[in-house]
Amino acid sequence: MRFTKDHEWVEVDGDVATVGITAYAAEQLGDVVFVETPDVGKAVKAGDGFAVVESVKAASDVYAPVSGEVVEANGALGDAPETVNAAPEAAGWFAKVKLANPSELDALMDRPAYEAYLQTL
Amino acid sequence: MAMSNVGRPTQPNAAASEGHTSLSGGRGLLQDEPLIFELGGWDKTGVDLDPADHDASDLGDLVRTAPIGLPGLSEPETMRHYVRLSQKNHAIDLAIYPLGSCTMKHNPRLNEKMARLPGFADLHPLQPVSTTQGALDMIDRLAHWLKTLTAMPAVAMTPKAGANGELCGLLCIRAAHEAAGQGHRRTVLVPTSAHGTNPATAAFVGYSVTEIAQTPDGRVDLADLEAKLGPDVAAIMVTNPNTCGLFERDVIEIARISHAHGAYFYCDGANFNAIVGRVAPGDLGVDAMHINLHKTFSTPHGGGGPGAGPVVLSKALAPFAPAPWIVHGSDGFDLIEEATGDAAQAFGRMCAFHGQMGMYVRAYAYMRSHGADGLRQVAEDAVLNANYIKARLSAEMTPAFPEGPCMHEALFDDAWLEGTGVTTLDFAKAMIDEGFHPMTMYFPLVVHGAMLIEPTETESKRELDRFCDTLLALARAAKTGNDIDRFAGAPYLAPLRRLDETQAARKPKLAWRPEADAPLAAE
Amino acid sequence: MRYLPLTPDDRAQMLGVIGAPDIDALFKDVPAAARRKELFDLPKRAGELEVERELSGLAARNRPAGAGPFFCGAGAYRHHVPASVDHIIQRSEFLTSYTPYQPEIAQGTLQVLFEFQTQVAALTGLDVANASMYDGSTACAEAVMMAQRVTRREKAVLSGGVHPHYAAVTQTIAHAEGMHIHRLPAAIDAEAAVIDAIDADTACVVVQTPNVFGVVTDVSRIAEAAHAAGALLIVVTTEAVSYGLLKSPGEMGADVAVAEGQSIGNALNFGGPYVGLFAAREKLVRQMPGRLCGETLDADGRRGYVLTLSTREQHIRREKATSNICTNSGLCALAFTIHLSLLGEAGLRQLAALNHSRARELAGALKGTVEVLTPRFFNEIAVRVPNAAKVVEDLLADGIVAGVPYSRLDPHAGLDDVLLLAATETTTSEDIAALSAALKRRLA
Repeated sequence: MRFTKDHEWVEVDGDVATVGITAYAAEQLGDVVFVETPDVGKAVKAGDGFAVVESVKAASDVYAPVSGEVVEANGALGDAPETVNAAPEAAGWFAKVKLANPSELDALMDRPAYEAYLQTL
Repeated sequence: MAMSNVGRPTQPNAAASEGHTSLSGGRGLLQDEPLIFELGGWDKTGVDLDPADHDASDLGDLVRTAPIGLPGLSEPETMRHYVRLSQKNHAIDLAIYPLGSCTMKHNPRLNEKMARLPGFADLHPLQPVSTTQGALDMIDRLAHWLKTLTAMPAVAMTPKAGANGELCGLLCIRAAHEAAGQGHRRTVLVPTSAHGTNPATAAFVGYSVTEIAQTPDGRVDLADLEAKLGPDVAAIMVTNPNTCGLFERDVIEIARISHAHGAYFYCDGANFNAIVGRVAPGDLGVDAMHINLHKTFSTPHGGGGPGAGPVVLSKALAPFAPAPWIVHGSDGFDLIEEATGDAAQAFGRMCAFHGQMGMYVRAYAYMRSHGADGLRQVAEDAVLNANYIKARLSAEMTPAFPEGPCMHEALFDDAWLEGTGVTTLDFAKAMIDEGFHPMTMYFPLVVHGAMLIEPTETESKRELDRFCDTLLALARAAKTGNDIDRFAGAPYLAPLRRLDETQAARKPKLAWRPEADAPLAAE
Repeated sequence: MRYLPLTPDDRAQMLGVIGAPDIDALFKDVPAAARRKELFDLPKRAGELEVERELSGLAARNRPAGAGPFFCGAGAYRHHVPASVDHIIQRSEFLTSYTPYQPEIAQGTLQVLFEFQTQVAALTGLDVANASMYDGSTACAEAVMMAQRVTRREKAVLSGGVHPHYAAVTQTIAHAEGMHIHRLPAAIDAEAAVIDAIDADTACVVVQTPNVFGVVTDVSRIAEAAHAAGALLIVVTTEAVSYGLLKSPGEMGADVAVAEGQSIGNALNFGGPYVGLFAAREKLVRQMPGRLCGETLDADGRRGYVLTLSTREQHIRREKATSNICTNSGLCALAFTIHLSLLGEAGLRQLAALNHSRARELAGALKGTVEVLTPRFFNEIAVRVPNAAKVVEDLLADGIVAGVPYSRLDPHAGLDDVLLLAATETTTSEDIAALSAALKRRLA
């Protein structure tokens, strides 16, 4: 699993990346009440907002950590947004993206680096 | 003697009240009141109407035949229902309502009486202007007061509230830039402490928003402003006095350098009540400013409106004001409803008809009551009351900007709560148990755990002392560290305890729905 | 001064506590150049009696609608409002409270809003409604902007039957957001031209029924055409009492219904304050503007109400807000809800039937004198008279306010001979007879 400074995570399986927000981000947001996932087929560019996550007190854009085409969105979050709090780095994933440029992954942090980064916040 | 031993005991029984609950769900005078949809009046009505002489056969299948789903109540039931509900509200008439930046001041009842005169209330917006001369005259008089008090040459009367006024002001600014071949200016500068409506309005008009930094003493950072001004900047939006309750000392310089860079100066007038009668925005270099009549000029807040947000305009922006407007001709007042001829630069129309007449009457009655002298005293007493609160509460709480006086509101941060386990929200909820409405919390965003207290000039010293004594006692209780439940569980004594906002947002239930098998209406 | 509780003694004591020598010291941050020493050039304070005298004098120079025969409608309607409505809305707890930010001590306002939302959803035949907008015209503009967010398209087709002020407000406000407003020419039967104007770029179709000429339309076919093109249908209504007689927007396929709610509970007030109604299908709820009140439970498990889905709003999303409404029309919504609770379904249907009946009586009385242009109407008709504006001025001499010349709303439409006349339950047979006789005389 690799991480961005904006607290998204990416898990790659073949040429498909699963994307979500980190446990730290879910904790900071508080109770998640709504998730807007991207449409399947949408082309996303690394760094662009591609999903929205809302708690009672905040609404935040989720940025695509990698470029590519959205091949699946986590529809289960529609009825159960609380999954993002319960299992942010597993069942609370947002979308799967078919990688357009796998080398983008190199720019992301591994877990020790992300945890060290959290210490600086 | 002729002794009678009948009758009731005359001393209270000493049973403990702890944990006592009623069998009905109500609490003494506080009734547990269902929704009108649960009161069962599906075939009832509280009005008596004449029968119709003609049927609706001419409308054929355009007629609504399915049940609508509206319950009805007789008049006595209606009175009970809404009076019971009313008793679950805090109100200015009950106690201080110190919501910072909302200006919850006394609402004089004379204003209500005047607004209900048939000559104002029973007047149709489209009846011939010859039959509404008194109404147009009244609006013109109000406009004169607004222009005089702000030292601005023009006013657009129609915006319906503050945010609507901001929109009107920015549309004037955009139209002025376009008319001057400056349509490429697409950026609006907004301080980090601004109310959320400012960036929202700018974005609405299609502008991108750039934030201006704040100095450590809570003012606009002039150097940062100057660095961000440039050929793409259309306007700056600055609230003055600002949302930290402080007067922008450099406001004249802010206006000067903004103008030097070709930008207009929009002033958010939400806090005009702090300076009315003493300072005129026109003297400060402002190009446009909305005035919340429901704040500075005391029209009632009504549980969330209606308000009114006329916008005063500089000479440069005046030609772009929206329709309609009033002109004074040789044979009385006329209403210009369309931008043509000399007025062709008007940017459009903000609302159907002529704005918030009901609010105009109330605001004008208020201004006339106070007069030029009274309004000056309004600002002075509002500022005095806020500084008194700041001085007294500083004994236990930490003011966000301790140096110097504040204007009409006192801003505290939550540094004094550090380590107590009590948050700003908990503290505010504990105030409810003491009979006070909480202050504005967590705004402005630039101050951690912000508590923004605006007493207004209509609080007596006695009420201010009662409020300060209570807050100081609460603050001491919070700091002892052994009374945490008083805060964490508050409120205990309000009509309801804390509500689950997470559940409300996750599974929104926004309307009452009948049980699946219950009859919706008498069919 | 009667509104200021502080005494000179209080002020002196308070300055002492603050540690300020005088009041000017508290204004020291104001640049010296901007401190006005003199009072502004305006009259000084006045007692209640004096203020009442001036305002009563101004009011007396207007001709109230109730002073005689009166037929103005066109977006604002004179109805009888029960006395109990005005009594309740003047209760301190409703009048002098604000937006219910602290739900524990604002359940009165919140429960009313929940009732209001449910009533509006029922009237419009849609799933959800918000807690009110400024008025019908701004609600219409907001609906068009919502369609842009939902469809990501930028063209709105406006029927020529939409109230010209509503069209102008939508043009001004929605255009500022980047919408292109395609307004069709004004015509009595303008709805007939709407379907042909819909194309693949259309975000929404805006149709008014009853339209500004009073024409009632079944918009079902327009709904089908809009949906086939992937556009939303927005149905506008300026006379909310018509919901009691006519098929609802929801029944006819509308995605959004917006309306002016003034007719129920609120006086004419020379144009404001009024109350905008906004209802939509459930799937659109997160794109809706305005405040929403929702049901939930408190810490003890008791039912209560809160403002919800507020992440759409400007105080959280700032420049990304879907709504920029802060203060709206709370007290007018309260008046609406109380009046509608008094009416109930039976009363509203009766009121609507009575309005329609009076309009039929009016149309019947005028037939033969003027041409009645509105084929199917609720409580408002358009008639043809040469130079309608002059006719209205002339009839004032007879003590009659004979409606609204269409040219006043839309001077360039070439419809100077169209006069809009409304009749409500407040219109009497004598009023109608007086109008009919006066028109006959003037047109002879």
